[in-house]
Amino acid sequence: MSEVWTHILVIVGVLLVMTSLAAGLIYVERRMLAAFQDRYGPNRVGPFGILQVVADMIKMFFKEDWIPKFADKKVFILAPTIIMITITCGFVVIPFTPVINVVDLNIGLLFVLGMSALAAYSVALGGWASNNKYSLLGAVRGTAQVISYEVFMALSLMGVVVMTGSFSLREIVLAQEEMWNIGPQFIGFLIFMIAAVAETHRAPFDLPEAESELIAGYHSEYSGMKFGMFFVGEYLGVLLMSSLVTVLFFGGWLGPSFLPPVVWFLLKMFVFVILFILFRAALMRPRYDQLMSYGWKILLPLSLVNILVTGAIVLASG
Amino acid sequence: MRAFLTNLRTVWLTFIRIFKKRVTVQYPDEKPYVPPRYRGRIILSRDPDGMERCVACYLCAAACPVECISLQATEQEIEGEGQKGRRYPETFQINFSRCIFCGFCEEACPTYAIQLIPDFEMSEYDRQDLVYEKEDLLIDGQGKYHGYNFYREAGVAVGVKDKGGGEKEDDPIDPKSLMP
Repeated sequence: MSEVWTHILVIVGVLLVMTSLAAGLIYVERRMLAAFQDRYGPNRVGPFGILQVVADMIKMFFKEDWIPKFADKKVFILAPTIIMITITCGFVVIPFTPVINVVDLNIGLLFVLGMSALAAYSVALGGWASNNKYSLLGAVRGTAQVISYEVFMALSLMGVVVMTGSFSLREIVLAQEEMWNIGPQFIGFLIFMIAAVAETHRAPFDLPEAESELIAGYHSEYSGMKFGMFFVGEYLGVLLMSSLVTVLFFGGWLGPSFLPPVVWFLLKMFVFVILFILFRAALMRPRYDQLMSYGWKILLPLSLVNILVTGAIVLASG
Repeated sequence: MRAFLTNLRTVWLTFIRIFKKRVTVQYPDEKPYVPPRYRGRIILSRDPDGMERCVACYLCAAACPVECISLQATEQEIEGEGQKGRRYPETFQINFSRCIFCGFCEEACPTYAIQLIPDFEMSEYDRQDLVYEKEDLLIDGQGKYHGYNFYREAGVAVGVKDKGGGEKEDDPIDPKSLMP
């Protein structure tokens, strides 16, 4: 009986902590971006401006939640929920520590990739249901971006899978006791990092919402909490991708024992969260065709070569 | 490859900005430096004797490009301290909701009366409160230009001094005299 309760506690805990972390990332991102640009960022509300999140939440809850008359109402409401549901589902298989792991699927990696791929429906449907040309353009871009990036994102991780011999994320972490995968799979890490930025539709690959071209792209027509869900969903995606990088390449919860495993995990995760923010601050958005050709002509062959070489070495060393 | 390294360099250069000093001046807590000749709020100053410098010549109102200055001239009627005949403004209004702080009024003023000072914090909730009356504008001090008294240097006699008794003035010439 107590095991069931522990399990429920873990489920609720992961859900709550990850959602509130994602909301808190709004503040973290604004402060970090400001730091990268020699500014202060929000520092008025509460100590260090940390209550800015609360202020933003209150504002968002009380905003008029307007559905355009020309929109496809059902799909319009459905779209923002998809990204929240799929991304939070992705956290199910992430092993934060040996204990804090909702379920250890033997196809865990595939599950995460599948769930984050499903999140693309949110972009596509949101843009389509808005019935607005800019939203539609954003949605089309989002779809095409997913098609070109999803392929080598999964392929770049196959090197890790080949080395471990398992799709289970827990086993992938345990296999890194001697050496983190970042060493042997450095190319895979680079490719995955690029694909992860593209997957979360964040700058520099924020083509679906490119403010300077498409207003806000697929969520132009959204307001109030529906917009908030897209927003938090994006940050949840950042957290999911950072946890994946941590699990797959940086040894998950492993680390010297003076800190508990969950602290190690969160520390490593936050390094990548900040890297995501740094990318946003530093890099400019590529043109659309450049992005596609970059994906198909360079990164896809590179990840295939990576699998080939990793496979050959693993086979040769028996 | 070159493009990739360029991007890496950009990321690094952006990252080290964290350790640089921040340029933001956190305004209400931290006041910005305002130079002494900053063109802010407009005041009317007094001469060293404590009298109004303004002689109500209307030059500031004429110079004002947005016509935000309005004044009414009058003359001293009472025989107090020998000031009879001295011109001064009866009313003086500056509408700061129109003022563009160009400083033309200060340049036009022949007596250093109207001056722009480095105070810019003059926001109001009510637009009508931005119309400053004479008592709002007139200060007790001399402003930026010290020791200047128009009537002590000008030719007219208003009781402050006799004709030719000014600081930079020669004695008056007697036109009926034959002496050089």
